[in-house]
Amino acid sequence: MKRLPSGIYNETYAKDMAVIRTKAHWFWAVLALAVSFCLPLIVSATVLQLVIKIAIYILAAIGLNILVGYAGQISMAHAAFMALGAYTAAILNNHGVPFPLGIIAGGFLAGGIGIIVGFPSLRIKGFYLILATMAAQFLIIYVIEHWGSLTGGMFGLEAGIPELFGFDLSSDQAMYEVTLIFLIAGTFFAQNLSRTRTGRAMVAVRDSDLAAEVMGINIARYKLIAFFIGCFYAGVAGALIANWMGAITTHLFHMNLSIWLLAYCLIGGLGHNLGPFFGVPILILISEALTEMTTALSSQFPWLLTTIVPLHDLIYGLAIVLFLIFQPRGLGHRWNIFKASYRLWPFSY
Amino acid sequence: MIFFFQILISGIAVGGVYALVGLGLVLIYKSTGVLNIAQGAVVMMMAFIIYCLSVQAGLPFLLAILISLLLAMLLGFLVERLCLRPMIGQPLFSTIMMTIGIMLILQSIPVMIWGTSLKAYPKFLPDQSYNIGGVLISPDYLWGFVISMVLFSAFVLYFRYSRAGIVMRAVADHQMAAQSMGVNISRVSGIAWAFSCLVAAVGGVVLATITSVGVFLGPIGLKAWPAVIIGGLDSIPGALIGGIIVGVLEGLSGGYLENVFMGIKDVAPYAILLVILLIKPYGLFGLERIERI
Repeated sequence: MKRLPSGIYNETYAKDMAVIRTKAHWFWAVLALAVSFCLPLIVSATVLQLVIKIAIYILAAIGLNILVGYAGQISMAHAAFMALGAYTAAILNNHGVPFPLGIIAGGFLAGGIGIIVGFPSLRIKGFYLILATMAAQFLIIYVIEHWGSLTGGMFGLEAGIPELFGFDLSSDQAMYEVTLIFLIAGTFFAQNLSRTRTGRAMVAVRDSDLAAEVMGINIARYKLIAFFIGCFYAGVAGALIANWMGAITTHLFHMNLSIWLLAYCLIGGLGHNLGPFFGVPILILISEALTEMTTALSSQFPWLLTTIVPLHDLIYGLAIVLFLIFQPRGLGHRWNIFKASYRLWPFSY
Repeated sequence: MIFFFQILISGIAVGGVYALVGLGLVLIYKSTGVLNIAQGAVVMMMAFIIYCLSVQAGLPFLLAILISLLLAMLLGFLVERLCLRPMIGQPLFSTIMMTIGIMLILQSIPVMIWGTSLKAYPKFLPDQSYNIGGVLISPDYLWGFVISMVLFSAFVLYFRYSRAGIVMRAVADHQMAAQSMGVNISRVSGIAWAFSCLVAAVGGVVLATITSVGVFLGPIGLKAWPAVIIGGLDSIPGALIGGIIVGVLEGLSGGYLENVFMGIKDVAPYAILLVILLIKPYGLFGLERIERI
C-alpha cells in the first residue's frame, strides 16, 4: 500500500499502476537520470571508477535480490555466475563479436548454467541448497581455472577492446554510460517483475512453498525462472566487469564475493527493490575508505598493510551480524518508514 | 598396491578429523536446527589460539590445549548468546547469514593478529613412522585418528547414557515437546554450541599437527560440510561415515587424478556432494522429511 501525498488521487487504473506517480516524482526522476548520464563530466576519474564499480555490483546484487529476496532461493554461487558472464564476454570479444552481444550472451550463458545449478532446489531447500550452490561456486571456478585452452587458466584472460560501429568504448567515461544503460534497464525490469504474476508467484514460493503449490503455482517453474533471472543479472554484471577492466582472472570472482553480494542485499533490505542501491554503495564506500586509510597510515605503521584484507572482512562480518540483530529488514525498510513519515508530516496519522 | 593402501589409510585418518569437526555441525543442527557455517573458522581460530598459548606464551603443549578447549567452550557460549539467540523466530535466511557473518569475523581476527605465514606447533610426537606390512603410517595421522575416534565415541556414549545427552536428543526430536517436559531449551542450545566449538578446537589441533597452522585451515574445516551432508545432517554415525568417505575420496583423487586434473583434490568432495544432493537429498543416514500435499 503506497501512501500518496494529500490532494493526489488515482483516477484511472493506469495511474494507479504507474511506477512514477506524481509530477514531483517525474521531476526528480528526470533530474536523476540527467545527472547520472552527465556524471563523467562532473566527477574526477577516481570517483568515476568507484561509481562504475558500484553500478556493476548493484546490477549483480539486483539479480541476487530477485533470487534470494523474492524467490527465497539462497545462492552462494553468484560470484561464479559473474565469472561465467565475464569469461563469455571476454572470449566473444576476442572473436570479434560486438560487445553488447557479448554481454547479453554472457547473461544467457550464466542464466542457463544457473538453471542447471537451480535443479537441486526443486528437491532441497534451506541449508542443503546453500551447500549445493556453494559446491557449484567451487566447481565453476575450478572448471574455468583448469580449462586453460579456452579461458587462459590461472593467468587470466585479455578481454579485448569493447568496440561498437568503429568507436572504441574502452575509456572509463564510455564504459560508465554503457554500465548505466544496463543498470537502468535492469532496475526497470526488476521493479516491474516484482509486480507481475511471476514476481508475486516467487514471493508466494518464498513465504510458503506448500501453500503456493496448493494455490496452483508451479513451484519448479518459478524457482527455475528465479534462478535464470538472478544468474542472468550476474552474467551481465560479470561481462561488464570484463569489458571495463580489459583483463580478468578468477580471483575477481572468489567465494568471498558471493558472500559480500549476500551482505549487500541483506543490508539494503531483502526483497526490497531499492535495497541494492543502499547496500552496495555503503559497504563499498566503507571498504574503499578502509583501504585509503590503511594505505595512508602504512608509511608510519607498515604492519597495517597486511591487515587490509582481514579488516575488510571483519567490517563486513560485523555489518552482517549487527544488521541482522538491530535492523533485520535492512535500510530499504528504514527508507520506507522515512518516506511514509515525510509524506504524512506533520500529521503522523 | 602399497601406494593405494598408503592413500587409503591417510584418507581415513584425515576423514576421522572431518568426522569430528562434522560432529560439531550435527550437534548444533540436531539441537537448534542451525547449520553453523562458521565451523571452519572456529577450527582455524582455535588452532591459532593454541599456537599462541604454546609457542608464544611458552606453556606446556597439553596445558595449552586444555586452556584452549575451555576458551572454545566459552566462545561457543558467547556466540550462541550474543548472535544466535536474537535469531530465534527469524526466517532461515537470517540464521544462515548470521553464521556467515560470524565466519567472516572469526576468519579475519587471527589473520589480523598472527598474519598469513605458516606456523608449526612444538614437536611432541615421535618422528618415526609405524610400518605395517610396507604401509607407512605417520604418528600424526595415527594419533589424530585415535583422538578423533575417542572423542567421537565419547560423544556417542554421552548422548546415549548421560542425562544431559538424553535431554539434548529430546530437544532435537521435538523442541516443543521437550520444553513442555521442563527442558530448558536455551541452555541446551548453549551447551550444543559449546560442545561444537570444543570438537572444532580438537579438530583444529589435529589438523594443524598433521599440516601446519595457517589461514588455509578455514577452508579445510569447511570440508566437514560435504562430510555431514553425505552422511545426513542429523545423523551422528552419518557424520563418521561421511567424514571418512570425504577423506578417502580426497586422498584417492589427489593420488591418482592430480596429474590429469590439477587441484581436483579440493573440489572432488563438492562434486560428490552435488551428486548426492541430487540423488539422495537427505544424505545416506539423514532423516527424510517428506512434504507432500
